[in-house]
Amino acid sequence: MSILISKDTRFIVQGITGREAVNLTRENLDYGSKIVGGVTPGRAGRDVYGVPVYDCVRDVVEAHGQIEGSVVSVPPRFTKDAVFEALENGIRLIVVVTENIPRREVAQMVELANLRGARIIGPNCLGMISPEEAKMGGVGGPAANTRQAYAKGHIGVMSRSGGMTTEIASTLTAAGLGQSTCVSIGGDAIIGTTYAELMPLFEADSETHAIAIYSEPGGRMEAELAEWIQTNNSRLPVVAFMAGRFMDEMQGMRFGHAGTIVEGKEDTTAEKIKRMEAAGISVAERIEEIPALLRKRLEEV
Amino acid sequence: MRFYEYEAKALFRKHGLPLGAGEVVNSAADARAAFGRLAGPAVLKSQVLSGGRMKAGAVKFADSADEAAAHFDAILPIVVKGESARSILIEEKSPVAQEYFVAITWDGRAKQPVLVFSDMGGIDIEEVAEKHPDHVSKTHFSSILPLTPRIAKEAIGATGVGGSALNRLTPVVFELMKIFLKYDLTLAEINPLARLENGQFIVLDGHIDMEAEARGEHKALLDELGIGDDETRQARPPTEFELAGARVNAVDHRGVAGNVVEFDGNLGLVIGAGGGSLTLFDAVRNHGGKPANYCEIGGNPSVGKAKELTKLILSKPGVEKIAVMMNVVSNTRVDIVARGVVKGCIEAGKDPAETIAIFRIPGAWEDEGFKILEKYGVEYCDRSVSMYDAAGRAVAKMA
Repeated sequence: MSILISKDTRFIVQGITGREAVNLTRENLDYGSKIVGGVTPGRAGRDVYGVPVYDCVRDVVEAHGQIEGSVVSVPPRFTKDAVFEALENGIRLIVVVTENIPRREVAQMVELANLRGARIIGPNCLGMISPEEAKMGGVGGPAANTRQAYAKGHIGVMSRSGGMTTEIASTLTAAGLGQSTCVSIGGDAIIGTTYAELMPLFEADSETHAIAIYSEPGGRMEAELAEWIQTNNSRLPVVAFMAGRFMDEMQGMRFGHAGTIVEGKEDTTAEKIKRMEAAGISVAERIEEIPALLRKRLEEV
Repeated sequence: MRFYEYEAKALFRKHGLPLGAGEVVNSAADARAAFGRLAGPAVLKSQVLSGGRMKAGAVKFADSADEAAAHFDAILPIVVKGESARSILIEEKSPVAQEYFVAITWDGRAKQPVLVFSDMGGIDIEEVAEKHPDHVSKTHFSSILPLTPRIAKEAIGATGVGGSALNRLTPVVFELMKIFLKYDLTLAEINPLARLENGQFIVLDGHIDMEAEARGEHKALLDELGIGDDETRQARPPTEFELAGARVNAVDHRGVAGNVVEFDGNLGLVIGAGGGSLTLFDAVRNHGGKPANYCEIGGNPSVGKAKELTKLILSKPGVEKIAVMMNVVSNTRVDIVARGVVKGCIEAGKDPAETIAIFRIPGAWEDEGFKILEKYGVEYCDRSVSMYDAAGRAVAKMA
């Protein structure tokens, strides 16, 4: 098993004729994902690597029946409308790849998704992968590179950085630890699904035995995760890596993702680490320490 | 992107919020003349983006035109938290009966806007929230349902405010909520919102932060307020080196080679992507290295972009070597970055083998990339060497 996505997940790509979306489509198909259609207004009748293109989501659903997921890769100005379109056509799992979307629009997408009982991953993310099953989004890149970095197994991975999702998976794979599902959750100030919101899914997945997370300065997501673990008495050992510790010394400067802005009384990285450790999360000093820490924690279970 | 007080007030005025009389002045003579146009005593306030100007002595009260002119000269040179005054705002000083606090910001956990209201404004709101929680209300509201005044009314009422004050405050708070959503703000704050002794309600001070990503959407407003595209309004103004970094990124649309931030070390960093840069910068510092810069490359930048960024970093005085490092890359081609940084070294008149302390970018097209590096004698490593250890190798060469 895995969470969110399996080899049977049928999804579409919105903005499929864009340069990045074309690459993503090929990489996802090569990895075994089931992409049933794509959407670019005005381009109906074409195809992208054999995937038929439609003018709107409604037309894809009419032609192919109900669809579970969508990868949205359209310019920032059109993203909110694309997500609304997916939601109003019954799609319940949406990966938003696009970056530089203002908070207001992200909040609006999330609010409508909540009203519709749907889930958004991202924005500003590389999507997710259940290794040797399927992937949805740019995570891992070309299929051959993806197979090199990701292997099937029992570690769930959540990361605020798309690139570091693959770095961590690659480190785990090299150490003989495969992954159940790896999710690039996005680095913005407001995102569709946080660590704490993914935890119940991993918790319910019998194949997931432990969690590795990549974390950054800014936001309150780590505090939320720590709280969730304590409140729910989670069965899953969690190992975290905290990047950007140098930023504690430079308040107010802007680094990394849009959300990486240290403001006011938000937690510093040192405070985040303290909070996570208090909740029983092991915090790795270096990426390469993650596998050993996971093994140690798994032995204790 | 933060607005100056006078810009925030111009936005408030445009939306009909109640404000006292006031003018922005740029000379003591202007201050003197402006005083004459105001009715009675005045307050002069330094226009800086950071807080703490009262403590720094950059806010003063004047009872005469002479005093206003003298205060102008006294306040203008005051540097508040490293920031010089842009201008001085002179306003009528009004006798205040009560001060309120109102702010709207985003709550990343609730993923909704949150309205914070207090009937104990004027002072540190965090302190009020701690000592008098019943005088601070926090009310989330929808960003998609139609906005109506009842949310403002409930938020105000929750702090115990009633009677005519409730009815006078509601439209002001409601208007601020509308402004917050309309302009993609990340903060819209009025503190204090004052009830004057004559019964009038007016905005005495305000803060506005606009989302940088939404600047394009609101160009008309920014033009109206005279905020130019070149004003980044970051914690400190960009250095020449950082501006040059931004120009490199603008060379073409392929990938990113940007977010260059200047530091004063001797090891230049060509690092990426977002999370990888944060991880690698920490690693270099943990090994005792002194970074000359921070940057983020990713999204498959062109050879030209990688080259220009390399040249820029090598041109910085004191930079001896560069470290080229990323996490395992998916959509960036290793060979393209390799070609770019080698070319950059050569065009800067440097030997790539001597100049590139380490090249650690594993991933797509790595074999082709490593071939190029081998040809020029550059030390490289694949994913079997961790980001931390790669940074260590680079720092070791600086000794």
